Amino acid sequence: MQYLISVIDHRTGSATAEEMAAIDAFNEQLMAGGHWVFAGGLSAPSDATVIDARGDGEPIFTDGPYLESKEHMAGFWVFEAPDLDVALKLAAAASKACNRRLEVRPFL
Amino acid sequence: MSDVDEAITRVHHEEWARVVASLTRRFGDLDIAEEAAAEAFAAAVERWPADGVPPNPGAWLTTTANRRAIDRIRRESKRDDKQKEAQMSYGEPPEPLGVIDDERLRLIFTCCHPALAMETRVALTLRMIGGLTVPEIARGFLVQETAMGQRITRAKAKIKAARIPYRVPSAEDLPGRVSGVLAVLFLVFNEGYLATGPDTDPVRHELTAEAIRLTRLIRVLLPEDGEVAGLLALMLLIDARRTARVSATGELIALRDQDRGAWDTALVAEGHRLVRERLATRQPPGRYQILAAINAVHTSARDAADTDWSQVVALYDQLVRVDRSPIVALNRAIAVAELDGPEVALATIDRLSDKLSGYHAYHAARADLLRRLGRSQESRAAYDAAIELAENTAEVAYLSRRRDQLVS
Repeated sequence: MQYLISVIDHRTGSATAEEMAAIDAFNEQLMAGGHWVFAGGLSAPSDATVIDARGDGEPIFTDGPYLESKEHMAGFWVFEAPDLDVALKLAAAASKACNRRLEVRPFL
Repeated sequence: MSDVDEAITRVHHEEWARVVASLTRRFGDLDIAEEAAAEAFAAAVERWPADGVPPNPGAWLTTTANRRAIDRIRRESKRDDKQKEAQMSYGEPPEPLGVIDDERLRLIFTCCHPALAMETRVALTLRMIGGLTVPEIARGFLVQETAMGQRITRAKAKIKAARIPYRVPSAEDLPGRVSGVLAVLFLVFNEGYLATGPDTDPVRHELTAEAIRLTRLIRVLLPEDGEVAGLLALMLLIDARRTARVSATGELIALRDQDRGAWDTALVAEGHRLVRERLATRQPPGRYQILAAINAVHTSARDAADTDWSQVVALYDQLVRVDRSPIVALNRAIAVAELDGPEVALATIDRLSDKLSGYHAYHAARADLLRRLGRSQESRAAYDAAIELAENTAEVAYLSRRRDQLVS
């Protein structure tokens, strides 16, 4: 079972050196425990482009994120975990490491 | 009620959670388990009056429910997916945990999972463990039936999609998770005891009774847990005063004015027995055990004037150390008023205004203390504020009368 862990932030590029070190240490634990699938940081929402190719003509590109909001997803993990209890425990450790709020969402 | 009706009601109380739990374990799907259990009980209502109550009603219900569940899975022709899923999520052998591993206990922990909203936990617990119907739960919490149905449906979907586990938490997580379960049960009890809403009975006994019944069940499953015993004792000692607490005209009667002869002596005795049993363990008590002990002091006094207030205040001092909530501080101050006088208590309560100005009991306590100090005008304003915020009809009636009795 896989879970998407979104990192919630209101600034971009705001991780401190200490936070980065804590995230690295956490990732190592994640790999050692067999829970690592993927992780990555994202650039600013203003760097995003929305694409709509549903119509007959050329795809439409729109500058900026699909959702304007005060908070955004600044990065993410994908965990492998047998159930939500394990995912929540890992997410709690991840929240501590990156010093941000997180959202856990299961994959279908 | 005929003998068969009575038997069905009794069996429903005793077996509902067991049937749902055993089907959840087998099929790994709360929705299938709930529906099949409901169908099995409907079949019992239909057949037992003619065929007679089977010698082992629980086994009859489980077998019938199992058949219904399998029928449904076949109908949906997704049996391979579902069964595989069931194997994956719930087929693992239970871990040795050193606690009684009853299937109902697993079900309780699933329904009270911290990833579910509190109101959802309450609804799920009443449905899956208590066996209340959706309309009954909706009535209990004054919510539209469709809204309550959706809440339960969404919860079942989340449990499945996010794979909220069906198991007793590990020993290290257990105390925290048990306290989550107890919070759900206490909330159900309180909603019954101090029912909110202008058009509802001031006490909804079906909710207090259900909360007590479920807490008794948890106590059977976790007999060593002090807080479970504490919560049960607390509920019993509060419920014992139920009939003495509201007047014939629907007005709240304060503890000091209650007819103590009308208290339920059997419930008081059982509550006292549990409190003594916990004291004898000499383990440090948690909040429910301390609250139960406070209620034991109150229910030990034959007359309100005989109340051992120094004991009550000492227990509140202990409670403040484990529960820093301003509501505890407020209740401690109310007890202090009996020992050190209203002026001392008022000074303490006034310091809580930032945190409690939206809470009716804060204003009601102030109103009473100001009245005792002869500060009628301020007292009237505090009663007004309390009445404005109070949601229980009996409490509003009581506060209004006290306000109107003030000499201006």
